[in-house]
Amino acid sequence: MNFTPLFAAASGGTLLRLTPVDLLIIVIYFVMVLIIGGYLRKYASTGEEFFMAGRKMTAWIAGLSFISANLSSLETMGWSAMAYQYGMLGAHAYLIGAIPAILFLAVVMMPFYYICKTHSVPGYLKLRYGEGSRVLAGVSFTFMTVLVCGVNMFAMASVLHLLLGWNIHVSIWVSSLTVAVYVALGGLLSAVFNEVLQFFLIWLGILLVPILGLVEAGGLSGMMDRINAANPGTNFTSLWANMGSASDNPMGMHWTGMVFGLGLAVSFGYWCTDFLQVQRVMAAKSLRAAQNGTIIGAVLKMCVPIIVTLPGLLGLAILQEKAGIKLLPEHEAQATGGYSYNQVLPLMMARYLGPGLLGLGVTAMIAGFMSGMAGNVSAFATVWTYDVYQPLLNRNAPDRHYVSMGRWCSIIGVLIAIVTAYASMLFSNILVYLQVLVLFFIVPLFGVVIMGMLWKQATPAGGFWGLATGTLASICMFLYVHWFPGWYVPFMEKDVKDLPALAQKLHSASTPIAAHVSQNLSPQTRQLLADFVGSDKVGAMQQKGLWNRLQQAVRTPDPEVLRVRTALVKDLNSLLNQPGLYTAERFSGVSLDQAARQTDPSKLKSEDLARFNRRLLVSAFPAELAPMRKLEATQLNPRHAEHIATSPKAQDMAVNMFSAFWSLLLTIGTVIMVSLFTRPKPDSEIKHLVYGLAPLPDEGQCPWYEKPVFWAAVVGVVLVIVNIIFW
Amino acid sequence: MEHGHHQVPIWFFIGALLTVYGVLILGVGIYSLANPPIQKVALWEKHADIWWGALLIIIGLIYAIRFRPGRSP
Repeated sequence: MNFTPLFAAASGGTLLRLTPVDLLIIVIYFVMVLIIGGYLRKYASTGEEFFMAGRKMTAWIAGLSFISANLSSLETMGWSAMAYQYGMLGAHAYLIGAIPAILFLAVVMMPFYYICKTHSVPGYLKLRYGEGSRVLAGVSFTFMTVLVCGVNMFAMASVLHLLLGWNIHVSIWVSSLTVAVYVALGGLLSAVFNEVLQFFLIWLGILLVPILGLVEAGGLSGMMDRINAANPGTNFTSLWANMGSASDNPMGMHWTGMVFGLGLAVSFGYWCTDFLQVQRVMAAKSLRAAQNGTIIGAVLKMCVPIIVTLPGLLGLAILQEKAGIKLLPEHEAQATGGYSYNQVLPLMMARYLGPGLLGLGVTAMIAGFMSGMAGNVSAFATVWTYDVYQPLLNRNAPDRHYVSMGRWCSIIGVLIAIVTAYASMLFSNILVYLQVLVLFFIVPLFGVVIMGMLWKQATPAGGFWGLATGTLASICMFLYVHWFPGWYVPFMEKDVKDLPALAQKLHSASTPIAAHVSQNLSPQTRQLLADFVGSDKVGAMQQKGLWNRLQQAVRTPDPEVLRVRTALVKDLNSLLNQPGLYTAERFSGVSLDQAARQTDPSKLKSEDLARFNRRLLVSAFPAELAPMRKLEATQLNPRHAEHIATSPKAQDMAVNMFSAFWSLLLTIGTVIMVSLFTRPKPDSEIKHLVYGLAPLPDEGQCPWYEKPVFWAAVVGVVLVIVNIIFW
Repeated sequence: MEHGHHQVPIWFFIGALLTVYGVLILGVGIYSLANPPIQKVALWEKHADIWWGALLIIIGLIYAIRFRPGRSP
């Protein structure tokens, strides 16, 4: 293995350039988290301490940790990119997509989670519905958590490589082993400490970007004016005004999708039942602290657009005018060597942050990645130990045995995540979509939990089948919108399996069909092919073996190779629609199946002709081009998307939101239907778990300004006002 | 975590880290004021590193002193 030095490329050719002071700031952060982990080990010796931080957290720490667990760097970069791409619509995730659900968690659900003293959300399912639901939820959660952790790890390493030129392998191993050490030592307490630390770092590291951006743009109104002037005819500055029709906004989403999909199904599923989030507030020192901590989290969440949405909007207002930079979709940016939407936040950081400040900003991003990883690992250790290992494998072990299991789980979870990170380099599409499936899993979970809390007639069988049906429906909807019954026809960049071989065949026109295809390429593409074949890149790309594939996967895509691939795919797709591709002479040496030989292409039109031509080309270049697929995970079938999201123009996000909503309805419907025909648990067994039966603990009198309901109402009113202001 | 008798609160760690970062950033800011760089970031003339570094020191010291180890809650 020939590792390039960690900081070798940081001095040139990358988006951000760090000075020694910046690197010192980053190193100090790593040292600090390891010191904290080592220090907290003595405070994590029992199960209650290791898995639940001793249930001693104050409201402020619970709230900060609750919101930090969700404030990862991928999130900040991703939603800044959304703001650049979709304008104010990108802020919905922090308003209707979060606040109502968080307030609901605080006021309605938290009392039940808290008074049943469970360790986890699957633990609540066990108490309310029985072992079947708990194990189903526990196994799904642990499986998904480590996989997502691995995918995020790879994403982090890729971002650091892209921005700073850091070696991907070193980034993965250094960050993950650091997380493994401090979580294994201090458990949830350590994860929470680092989340609170990260909260300060991310705010103090990024807040200067919107401050200086607003100074440069001439304030908020100046920013809005610049955006409107640069994008005539497109409304980038409204939250709701352009959502009357799916075709009026770039997301392709009707307001109903935003309200019921994001605001109800996804948001409530994520904030009320994703254990990664809920674990933080369940560990508070009292019910009131848990509720107020959750509400503090809501307030902080509403402020996040200042460091996420605002930099994206400022990028839209300033980057093109002042720096001549127009950001592009990822594939276009790669093909042209330009900047992508996802780089808006780093670009804005590079614009305003000098030495020292840039180090703080990059540290904030690394801290965001690592605390997200720590959150996943600690949640994995808890659910695995209490909801899978204890009920299924070792029911009556002493407490110290489970603590030991939790420590080992933290390390093993990180190692599995590392394997997943490397796997995601080779099978990126499948693993990236796992994150969407996680989203779809927690929505049915919310349906089952909320029915269990609010309806005492919900039965164990109803809970189990509701969860199973909702999850299965989510997966089926995902497959359906990516399913192409007539096969997905156009070539994509990834369909060119062996670019050097294809380029050489076309360039040398070694066969009649290669000569024909080559003649039909545009002059620019032919020139790109000639340059590419004559370069030394061809030899490097033809090296075989798993390690070489991994090395190629982690390398920054070569802009020249991307340009060749993109141009070739574009011209091949043009060829698909042309009649007359097939002649007996042209395909004389090509192995075609019987059906293809008997087809008369002159009678084929549009999509049938394209399908036939693609089969011909794949037959002519079987080692270089991939065949058609019925399931294409990166493309939406618009006809199927219309059935799910009400519009053929619906984009991924709109489809996800509507799928989540249908899944929630199906889950609730199944719980009700099955419960009507099965036996509920007696009241005595569920008296602490269901609304109306659970006596809420009396925490004594407190002044009005400490009451959760009062603050929940205040936050709700502020949410409405913000939506009206930016309507 | 309540601020128990023995456990150093998270706020102290945050204060210490911010103070160190503030000193470093303020130091770099003063150095670049005396030796202006050739390639400047946008709005360099606002000297954000100086006042941001000072802000970090203030916040950091408040937390570090208020929650220092051994101080009764």
